[in-house]
Amino acid sequence: MQEFDVINGNKAAAIAAALVNPDVIAAYPITPQTPVVEYLTQFAADGVLKSSMSEVESELSAMSVLTGASLAGARTFTATSSQGLSLMYEPYFRASTLRLPIVMAIVNREMISPQTVWGGPQDSISVRDAGWLQIYVEDNQEILDMIIQAYKIAENKDVLLPINICYDGFYLSHMTEKVFIPEQEKVAKFIGKYNPEHIILDPKRPMAVDPLTNGDLLMEYRYKHLKSQQNALKVIDETDSEFEYLFGRSYGGLIEEYRMEDAEIAILVMGSLTGAAKEAVDIKRKKGVKIGLIKVRALRPFPKERIIKALGKIRAFGVVDRNVSFGWNTGVVYQEVKSALYESGKIVPSVPFVGGLGGEDITVKMMIESIDKINSIEKNHNTVWLTRE
Amino acid sequence: MDGLKEIRLHGRGGLGTVKAAETLVYAAVMDGIYGNSIPFFGFERQGAPVTSFVRISDKPIRPKNRVYNPHAIVVLEPTIMNAVNVFEGVEEGSTLVLNTALKPDKIDIDPKIKTLAIIDANKIALELLGRPITNTVMLGAFVKATGWVSLKNVAEKVEELWGAKNREAVMKGFEEAVIYHLK
Repeated sequence: MQEFDVINGNKAAAIAAALVNPDVIAAYPITPQTPVVEYLTQFAADGVLKSSMSEVESELSAMSVLTGASLAGARTFTATSSQGLSLMYEPYFRASTLRLPIVMAIVNREMISPQTVWGGPQDSISVRDAGWLQIYVEDNQEILDMIIQAYKIAENKDVLLPINICYDGFYLSHMTEKVFIPEQEKVAKFIGKYNPEHIILDPKRPMAVDPLTNGDLLMEYRYKHLKSQQNALKVIDETDSEFEYLFGRSYGGLIEEYRMEDAEIAILVMGSLTGAAKEAVDIKRKKGVKIGLIKVRALRPFPKERIIKALGKIRAFGVVDRNVSFGWNTGVVYQEVKSALYESGKIVPSVPFVGGLGGEDITVKMMIESIDKINSIEKNHNTVWLTRE
Repeated sequence: MDGLKEIRLHGRGGLGTVKAAETLVYAAVMDGIYGNSIPFFGFERQGAPVTSFVRISDKPIRPKNRVYNPHAIVVLEPTIMNAVNVFEGVEEGSTLVLNTALKPDKIDIDPKIKTLAIIDANKIALELLGRPITNTVMLGAFVKATGWVSLKNVAEKVEELWGAKNREAVMKGFEEAVIYHLK
């Protein structure tokens, strides 16, 4: 019997970090991530958390501190949201191109303008091509479990990349529910000791990091970086299985398939709105509609093969995006799924949905209407905006 | 517990509305059933209207949404009814737990409300706590009106969060709430 508590998503994230007990934590508070920093600072003050806590003056410093710490061989953790992520953009890119396995929770918040503090993954989705791994989760248990798994994925010798565990601001960060909390010894056993071998600042083994580099060599770096993203596909799935073996919970790895076995149409979702979508799938199934759901968990690397396989027998699909892709007039995940299917040679009608921006709710009713729309299309449909009545 | 119950709490910043919602979830989980709560903030500041949503069920709860069609409405502060339509979307046969010094015939109540719990929580909170922070009194009244979570687990969490005086406030809320069954 595992111990449990009744906590919000931010506390689940902080507890996960405390269970891992990284060497260095550096974070700067920003709504809706602020409680993560408060909890971590409290844990450190209580002596529960042994990490070296660096109270920085900005997110730019937070990521820079972790870059230095990671170069020195430390396990690290931080968390941020929206404008904080923007401010750390320069060291964010450098952390991935230096191949440093930093773990950062992103408490998704809409980007300004106009001024907003509410949820929406536009922040992390907009930096999906900065070389980090990105996982999006559905509930508080998954936040905790994935921050633990993140270390095992990021530090894998075939991966060595930083990773974001992304969860919706307010809808998860401030939502309270039951969360099982694993034993620290078990977590330590699962993630193992971190033995950095990649680039380590060690006076006994001097090396130059980040010298001015010609394009031919830079291209080789990029080639290997892209390859390690592809390696992560297998590692994310395997880590899910290993986690299930030890802790009894599985999320499906790169994607979760829900009622897809005999599905004729599919709805694809990501993040905290998955629960409402599953509810809608069950309601429509009772009425005889053969609808299935795919929860996209990994945005980077994008799970192309598994998406192709999961959508192999369907006649139409739709993607509900809580974000936009400027220039495409759709959300981002829709474009990613379409790109994946192009390689399969199987082109079926599809419809993009956009909703829930700036903390707007995507209700079960909206999900039911979306399923009805997917069920009705015979050719590609323009973007449907999910709005209040 | 018979199926999913959706609850909406109306308060103002500083009254502990969000913590009250979390306490209900805690009690539900300790009772062996399921719960989740999501606060809906406007711009956070003392005195501004605050809404918090709670779901309680005997089955796992998947939606992470606001509550649109509540089975119970808890009003932590009397004047909030002048600022917000607390009855919006209320289900037929619902429960209203209201902090007021008025008698039921002086209150404008939506006809869909069939159970009314009234308590002068300001008075009790002032006597017991010295401040009109009504959340713990209202939790006691809520338990009496609905029976959806146990008084024991609500009181236990309240004592852990705010001490013995507030536990007493929960008990007082339970004892002194007057329940009316409306036609």
